[in-house]
Amino acid sequence: MDAFLQLTVSGLSNGTTYALAAAGFVVVYKASDVINFAQGDLLLLGTYLIFFALAQAGLPWSVGVLVVVLMAVAAGLAVERLVLRPLVGEPVISMVMATIGLSSVLRALVNAVWGPRPRSFESFLPEGEVALGSAVVSAGRLLSIPIALAVLGGLGLFFRYARDGIAMRAIADDQQAALSMGISIPRVFGVAWGLAAVSAAVGGIMLANVVGVSPNVSAIGLRVFPVVVLGGLDSIGGAVIGGVAIGLLEVYAGGYLGHGLSLVIPYVVLLLVLMVRPYGLFGKEVIERV
Amino acid sequence: MTSATDVPAAALQLRDVALRFGGVTALAGISLEVERGELFALIGPNGAGKTSVLNCVSGLYRPASGSIAAIDRRGVRRYVHTLPPHRIAAMGVGRTFQNIELFKHMTVLDNLMLGRHVHMTGGVLSGGLYWGGQQRVEIEHRKQVERIVDFLRLEPLRDSEVGNLAYGDQKLVELGRALALDPSLLLLDEPMAGMNAEEKESMARFVLDVNQEWGVTVVVVDHAIDVVMEIADRVAVMDFGEKIAEGAPQQVRADPAVVTAYLGRQEGAAT
Repeated sequence: MDAFLQLTVSGLSNGTTYALAAAGFVVVYKASDVINFAQGDLLLLGTYLIFFALAQAGLPWSVGVLVVVLMAVAAGLAVERLVLRPLVGEPVISMVMATIGLSSVLRALVNAVWGPRPRSFESFLPEGEVALGSAVVSAGRLLSIPIALAVLGGLGLFFRYARDGIAMRAIADDQQAALSMGISIPRVFGVAWGLAAVSAAVGGIMLANVVGVSPNVSAIGLRVFPVVVLGGLDSIGGAVIGGVAIGLLEVYAGGYLGHGLSLVIPYVVLLLVLMVRPYGLFGKEVIERV
Repeated sequence: MTSATDVPAAALQLRDVALRFGGVTALAGISLEVERGELFALIGPNGAGKTSVLNCVSGLYRPASGSIAAIDRRGVRRYVHTLPPHRIAAMGVGRTFQNIELFKHMTVLDNLMLGRHVHMTGGVLSGGLYWGGQQRVEIEHRKQVERIVDFLRLEPLRDSEVGNLAYGDQKLVELGRALALDPSLLLLDEPMAGMNAEEKESMARFVLDVNQEWGVTVVVVDHAIDVVMEIADRVAVMDFGEKIAEGAPQQVRADPAVVTAYLGRQEGAAT
């Protein structure tokens, strides 16, 4: 039972971080149909930025987090303006290819600035352990769960109620109609990339605390794909459920079935789900009458 | 190019508007003037370029040459052929589409509320957090939307998802969404296509009301010639990207060029 609780907490903590990265992916996909292969690298950038802000620039953590979020917004807007906007009107596949290029560029950039070694980073989430019944779990991991859920909840509310969130849903639904409603596509795409970068940055900040700062983080970013495919490419709720599901499956498989299986089991479940629900658990079914 | 012009008369003015797709000429230098408050119809055979005209005005297509000016909500005329589509919508040019383009996964009310988009000024934060009187603003928008719901008798459907509605109802919702924009100029692309006689008649009634009671200048493209001729103040006929006739409905109906365009040229007959 102790092992189960411990595994559950670390599964939830990994899972909510996956969900954050995945939510950023979903926002971009919802607004522009672009599959963003650079989402994992935005996560990587987030971990190094928080490392830079706290360990290198010596900012207190509250200011540091704020600075990183602002830098993420700037990075997201820059990506949209410099990489994607020139491609508006081109086939979506061109933009998708551009994100693959962006992924390499971001990774190389991080490598060039901070080098390939893992960096030591002093976690600002509380150290130490918390006793949950008879199990002992790391306080940092435990705390990362509500933080991630709060950010995800904010994103969900944004889509439901904010003007730009609604505009994003409208563009995803029917681009021509959205244009004729006076919705500015460049603005909405900019907001989407800003949000994608912010959610990746928050995910990166938590990874820096929980896992550490190293180039391996971009490998964690690859988990975004099973998560969004499982949850549905265009559903924030699906990203949360998918993230948590993949996170839990990994640690349960690792804990009970052996480490090797922890990498495989999520994909097995993914395949099974796709057989039954090809659009993911919460994805919108795309049926067009021609 | 967005500055006001001092020519007061027309609500919409196209001057020598040409549009080409590769080697295909869609519009070969069209000139049109629609007076303020007019109900103007654009008719012609399939492929004549009617929809292309609407797409140029609303900014979805950019003409290769020529100029287009339209009035905004304050009645000031501005050149629109260089503006992006969302700016043209924001100044008060509303439209519907030939193949219904609704937000299918949203309710009727949400679709109409999206029509209010250009009037919602809140930013990412104030709107998201309900700051700065956003609630009062929202209520005002809801009132406007309810007025449209009443007018188009959409009351029983207000909370239905649009994708599930009958075709004729979807056409009405699209008209409603364009009205929610509070347009100074309304472009209707085949509002009566695919409707039965009864539906056509009620749609024609709504279009007339919008024009006469709400005072909106309307440009309507349709194949339902009989209905269009009945409600339009003036009609222009297009064929192969050119305007071949223009005038009062009965005048246009008798025009030999129009008869030829619709019925084809008789072998050996003089024109």
